[in-house]
Amino acid sequence: MENNRSIRDCTTYRLGVLLVLLAGCVFAFLLGNVVGTLQIPFRRVLELLFHADGSPEWKAIWNIRLPRMILAGLVGINLALSGSILQGVMSNPLADPSIIGISSGAGLFGIFILVVLPQYQTLVPFFAFLGAMLAAIIIYSLAWKGGIHPTRIILAGVAVSALFNAGISGTLVFFSDRVHGALTFMNGSLSARSWGEVEMILPYTVVGLVLTMLFSRQMNILILGDDVARGLGLNVELTRMGFTALAALLAASAVSAVGLLGFVGLIVPHSIRLLMGNDYKVLFPGSALLGAALVMLSDTFARTIFSPVEIPVGIVMAVLGVPFFLYLLRR
Amino acid sequence: MSNVIMQVNHLSAGYQGHKVIEDISFQVEQGKIYSIIGPNGCGKTTLMRAVSRNIRPSAGQVLLDGENIFKMNTRKVARKVAVLSQSNNTMSDVSVRTLVQYGRFAHMAWWQGRSAQDERIVDWALEKTGMADFANRKINALSGGERQRAWIAMSIAQKPEILLLDEPTTYLDISHQLEIMELVARLNREENITILMVLHDINHAVRYSDELIVLQDHRIYRQGDPWSILSSDVLEKVFRVQAQITTDSENGTPIFYAKAVIR
Repeated sequence: MENNRSIRDCTTYRLGVLLVLLAGCVFAFLLGNVVGTLQIPFRRVLELLFHADGSPEWKAIWNIRLPRMILAGLVGINLALSGSILQGVMSNPLADPSIIGISSGAGLFGIFILVVLPQYQTLVPFFAFLGAMLAAIIIYSLAWKGGIHPTRIILAGVAVSALFNAGISGTLVFFSDRVHGALTFMNGSLSARSWGEVEMILPYTVVGLVLTMLFSRQMNILILGDDVARGLGLNVELTRMGFTALAALLAASAVSAVGLLGFVGLIVPHSIRLLMGNDYKVLFPGSALLGAALVMLSDTFARTIFSPVEIPVGIVMAVLGVPFFLYLLRR
Repeated sequence: MSNVIMQVNHLSAGYQGHKVIEDISFQVEQGKIYSIIGPNGCGKTTLMRAVSRNIRPSAGQVLLDGENIFKMNTRKVARKVAVLSQSNNTMSDVSVRTLVQYGRFAHMAWWQGRSAQDERIVDWALEKTGMADFANRKINALSGGERQRAWIAMSIAQKPEILLLDEPTTYLDISHQLEIMELVARLNREENITILMVLHDINHAVRYSDELIVLQDHRIYRQGDPWSILSSDVLEKVFRVQAQITTDSENGTPIFYAKAVIR
């Protein structure tokens, strides 16, 4: 083999892929505003995005579709970044907030506040974060044995996930009278979400995007392995802790907004790895763009496929994600 | 004392309360090559991991220019000490050039990119290890010998005073083993990098080192120059072989072959 540069290392190729992904996001966003029970032509959508005219179409877009698409995009970004971070810090390609129980931890704490202490509803994201961190800490302490072992991480994660999911089911059974839309929470759904959720999640997305861009080099060093990273001068413990907290925060904010939406953090980073390799400098922005596009498209699909019945987007995600997971296992 | 750059004082370390090395003390002088040898399970790798701050010692200290490495900023340590660990399995699929650029990590502030000087040092490291022609290849597409040279290139891009190597020739065939040993000796001679390494092959250790540190049963059994080690009872008592020792006519170092196992 000669000394030719692999195409996945070429800057022009990488920029090209990122641009295509960005175009995909724009397309998914516009499509989500066009289709639905009330079909609004593409030109009209563009017009209404910039001119408020008070028409029913304008109301459909501004009160329903636009916030829903923005929320879908933000949730996609958060879950995709969370997954790509977890895969790095846990040196496990199967790590994903929903598979290893981070999302369930967030979900249990979140739903507990919602049904038992509804007066503290504004604290849901905070408690969801505590739950996600608790899950991460349990996984590490179960799996840690003089270092991180990928198989132990995934086994511990599956156990933690089962435990917290049982807790969620238990809470829903005990307080069944108080839980509206428990089913949509369990499967992750964007229906009836609006600007409130967008405002809630947006700061976390911004923090996630900024921090992952700033510290992608640290992540690249960390995935070389603990001993190598330490030899190169990285504070391994601090880096792992910081990134884990960020992943928990991103997953928790997504769960607080839409419930348990699985597999985004698994499918998205892996597709980007196949396209551009494991360099986190491009893996982070690539995952963010693809995550946004994927959740927007899946939600539009879930909303329209059995119209007028709407299925939770989590079901679409699971249908896409399970075969993908099996494919990764067999690789 | 003037040219001692690393001091290991009464170092003990182990895993989960079970001691693997006990009360180890030695000094590393600038510009020399040190090899740690000993039978399997004597604690060589644990000693190396403690000296490279990968495990915390239960007692004792490692001083770098008089400062305790476990209290120093890890980046500051990395500017003086580079480490080549034994197993370099990674999910990373970087090119050789990118890997060598990572060697500059400790020299860059977190908001900074690479400077022209960093790039010059990367080029120098690739050149020095004969990896310039492989710079754009992926590390997981390299042969064992090439990959080891790539990791060494990354280590010397740190511009360290000391290079720590844990069995740098394991899993390599004989010509690549020699190639790595020659490279290490050259880095010591031409770049004045102090070397502290764990070696499995005693003849390699004897031929390339100024000083040998022999471990047995978690402690230092003997320390000295190659002739004094080989002419002592080390081969019989530590490695449990009867050996024939002669002089290597090429460079005057001792060389031996094992004749029989002592039971």
